[in-house]
Amino acid sequence: MQPFRYIRAQNVEHAATLLQQQDGRARILAGGTDLIVALRERRIAAELLIDIKGVPEVDELTYDAHDGLRLGAAVPCHRIYRHADVLRHYPGIVDAASLIGGVQIQGRASLGGNLCNASPAADSIPALIVHSAICDIALPQTRRRVPVEEFCVAPGKTVLARGEFLASLHLPPPPPGFGAAYLRFIPRNEMDIAVVGVGASVQLDADRRHIVAARIALGAVAPTPLFVPEAGAALLGAAPDDAVFARAAELAQAAARPITDMRGTAEFRRHLVGVLTRRALAKAVERASK
Amino acid sequence: MKSKVIVATTINGDDVEFLCEPRQSLLEVLRDVLGLTGAKEGCNNGNCGACNVLLDGVLVNSCLVLGVEAEGRTIETVEGLAAGGELHPLQQKFLEHAALQCGICTPGFLLAAKALLDHNPDPTEGEVRHWLAGNLCRCTGYDKIVRAVLDAADAG
Repeated sequence: MQPFRYIRAQNVEHAATLLQQQDGRARILAGGTDLIVALRERRIAAELLIDIKGVPEVDELTYDAHDGLRLGAAVPCHRIYRHADVLRHYPGIVDAASLIGGVQIQGRASLGGNLCNASPAADSIPALIVHSAICDIALPQTRRRVPVEEFCVAPGKTVLARGEFLASLHLPPPPPGFGAAYLRFIPRNEMDIAVVGVGASVQLDADRRHIVAARIALGAVAPTPLFVPEAGAALLGAAPDDAVFARAAELAQAAARPITDMRGTAEFRRHLVGVLTRRALAKAVERASK
Repeated sequence: MKSKVIVATTINGDDVEFLCEPRQSLLEVLRDVLGLTGAKEGCNNGNCGACNVLLDGVLVNSCLVLGVEAEGRTIETVEGLAAGGELHPLQQKFLEHAALQCGICTPGFLLAAKALLDHNPDPTEGEVRHWLAGNLCRCTGYDKIVRAVLDAADAG
């Protein structure tokens, strides 16, 4: 690895100031499971690593029934899927955080890092989209907030401008009758990159008989994770059954723009979008009905 | 060359200070600076688990942790498993079940298995296999390792 300096940021302002002073020659270090490998393989260069794990906001994981979930950008997966409130209220996030790498990766890897790495196949991003997460982006003096579905702009590219970094994510509290799920297809049992991933969330009415809100997001079928609002809209007012799930799945398939690569053909991926959308919706409804 | 940094840690119960460059991984520090060669370098990119250690009780790939990140932290390596001349129960069961051949992956499996049993003292076979999915072994076919871990859980 090429030499670099290392600084532990004290707070968001400190990290943002350092990042801006370095003008593109610094990188933010969270769990390091992507960054350290990329530095070692010289795919990226850095003169300074700014470790943000000690910054209170970036390490925060708290839930409030009115405010929702404050998820610091560097909180590792293992803390997320063991958190009682996350387990109760954010099942799609639990699904995704449990799937990323093995336990030794989950001990370090964060959803903020997964998001900033901006892989089209990132497991956490469809889940964050269907949970309506908002990205809190820091600059030395200001903040800006971006819906997570707008965060990735191309493979490996995000809306972060030079000098900006992702400090935390905010997930609204789930309304009554809410359920969500994230499913992916891989040819192995675990430890693989999604051939296709699908996140779905639904909100059922008070009688749990009709869908009043729904969100569907796809992974690994476009240059970025894909939010498909029209698939969610097709479910509104409907009773949750196989026929309406199939209609939403067709719209998701129509929105997918998959490529053929070593993990699967475009045709296979489009097929998987249909299967996984139906299954993810069924699972989300099952969880919403509890 | 950028200057070295002093890092103060606790390793296997002992206070340990070391000097390292920021670019050195915790694995390099353990092996090359401190002479603790139990953790192995397999892939050096987070896929194989041979370098597993516990960092504040959490299982991590030490090839994906910087030495400087260990400041103020507690590290457990395979060297700390045996106590008072007695093998750790997992080590004993690995021997009894012949759960190793070349031995390169073994320290990582032992630490991963310890983390599992610390967290879940009575895992099912499926839970053991799932938990150990981040550790690669090219000799045993895994079955003997899974038997050893389940036996250690039963004995515990």
